[in-house]
Amino acid sequence: MRLETQPPVSADTPIGITLTINGQRRELQVAPWTTLLDLLRERLDLTGTKKGCDHGQCGACTVLVNGTRVNSCLTLAVMKDGAEITTVEGLASLGDRAGSNALHPIQEAFIEHDAFQCGYCTPGQLCSSVGLMNEGHAHTRDEIREAMSGNICRCGAYTNIVDAIEDVMQGSAR
Amino acid sequence: MNRFDYVRAGTVAEAVQAFAAGARFIAGGTNLIDLMKYDVEKPGRLIDITRLPLDQIEDHAGGLRIGALATNAKVAYDDRVAERYPLLRNAILAGASAQLRNAASTGGNLLQRTRCYYFYDTATACNKREPGSGCPAIGGMNRIHAIFGTSDKCIATHPSDMCIALAALEATVQVSGPQGERSIPFAEFHRLPGETPEVDTNLAPGEIIVAVDLPASRFPQHYTYLKLRDRLSYAFALVSVAAGLELDGGTVKSARLALGGVAHKPWRNREAEALLEGKPATRESFQAAADLIVSEAKPQSENGFKVDLARRAIVRGLEQAAAGTPQSLSDKRIQ
Repeated sequence: MRLETQPPVSADTPIGITLTINGQRRELQVAPWTTLLDLLRERLDLTGTKKGCDHGQCGACTVLVNGTRVNSCLTLAVMKDGAEITTVEGLASLGDRAGSNALHPIQEAFIEHDAFQCGYCTPGQLCSSVGLMNEGHAHTRDEIREAMSGNICRCGAYTNIVDAIEDVMQGSAR
Repeated sequence: MNRFDYVRAGTVAEAVQAFAAGARFIAGGTNLIDLMKYDVEKPGRLIDITRLPLDQIEDHAGGLRIGALATNAKVAYDDRVAERYPLLRNAILAGASAQLRNAASTGGNLLQRTRCYYFYDTATACNKREPGSGCPAIGGMNRIHAIFGTSDKCIATHPSDMCIALAALEATVQVSGPQGERSIPFAEFHRLPGETPEVDTNLAPGEIIVAVDLPASRFPQHYTYLKLRDRLSYAFALVSVAAGLELDGGTVKSARLALGGVAHKPWRNREAEALLEGKPATRESFQAAADLIVSEAKPQSENGFKVDLARRAIVRGLEQAAAGTPQSLSDKRIQ
């Protein structure tokens, strides 16, 4: 793809971008200072992704961009023009479960292992878990804990979250 | 966040050309967007450089050339980095979170700003944010602040872990700008605060980092990145030590040592490194080097603990390096 330098866009002009969000292609006009998080929640009504700290410290806003987990609060939507975004609303249709009503295995495992209490951090925990498994670097419990340290759970469900991830990694989730 | 113009650059030359006073280049954005949310940074223009072809990691001149846009995660998990520069891998993985490392770029890591509370709080004075306004950290809350190389204008610390390893590895920063291309040795890239703490680095306005070059494989066996912090993961260093040794039997052939969390830049002491050369790789030698380093420490009202912490961390880090038992990234017990 040939990428031309665009002339500076004045602060008052929205910029046209294309994002594929949970499999659906969307053509959007965004102000350049719109974060991906605010775009998802405020414009597209995808409120599963949560705003916790809004500074990249809590992980509640974690989504997958081209399969990689990032903090959507520290991401400008305009910079992700052309990307595929997966939010918690799209996890169930990842992989071979597209079109079915089944949950993603990590979602089933979170229920099975009681891996949440209030649920506010859970969408971020789930997306982060899928990102962790996509990366494939964490294998032991200690490694999973370290690789999930960007997701804070103030209810303290950490032990059960690690159980759920381990379960899915071992392929033994229900 | 303030309103700004947005430019998406297609080439390095176009990015440099789009630069104007008050503009900022943006790549991962993990620090810059955060600073913009606090109104610490208020750029009139953001120049998006993420589409530039600078994300490769390539063999170069016997070493490795890391493109400025290679993410922290890409560098850390590169097989050549793991094999030839495991010190760099470990330092990167000791920092931030997986989400941030997936977004943050190599060039941006070098340019991240201090996490001094006063720098972030626009309701307070700060010579780095607002030159001449004063430094409330001096005599204020300064538990996390510097003990080396401070000035009466600023006692902030450099926040990066990756840069501490790059200092010990003696990397070179390749930059491109309005005046052409040049190379900056890593030790000369970051600055001490002096009279102008608002200037973090020796990059000229409009210059852009294009790559970080590593010399031929260094310290593949005898290295460690030992990071001490208030919690076991996802926190900035109170003190960190990047140590690399070349040993000849039980004798130190050469040593490189850089400290994080204690100064406005990765802190090296070449006298201490030279002191170790030709000495037996024993605790006594390491203690002598540590004593020499901390003899220059000037602690603040609340961070005196860092002096002893640094001394002990240096000794332990050198012991880990000598034994070939680097600090584990997941088992946080310090052996």
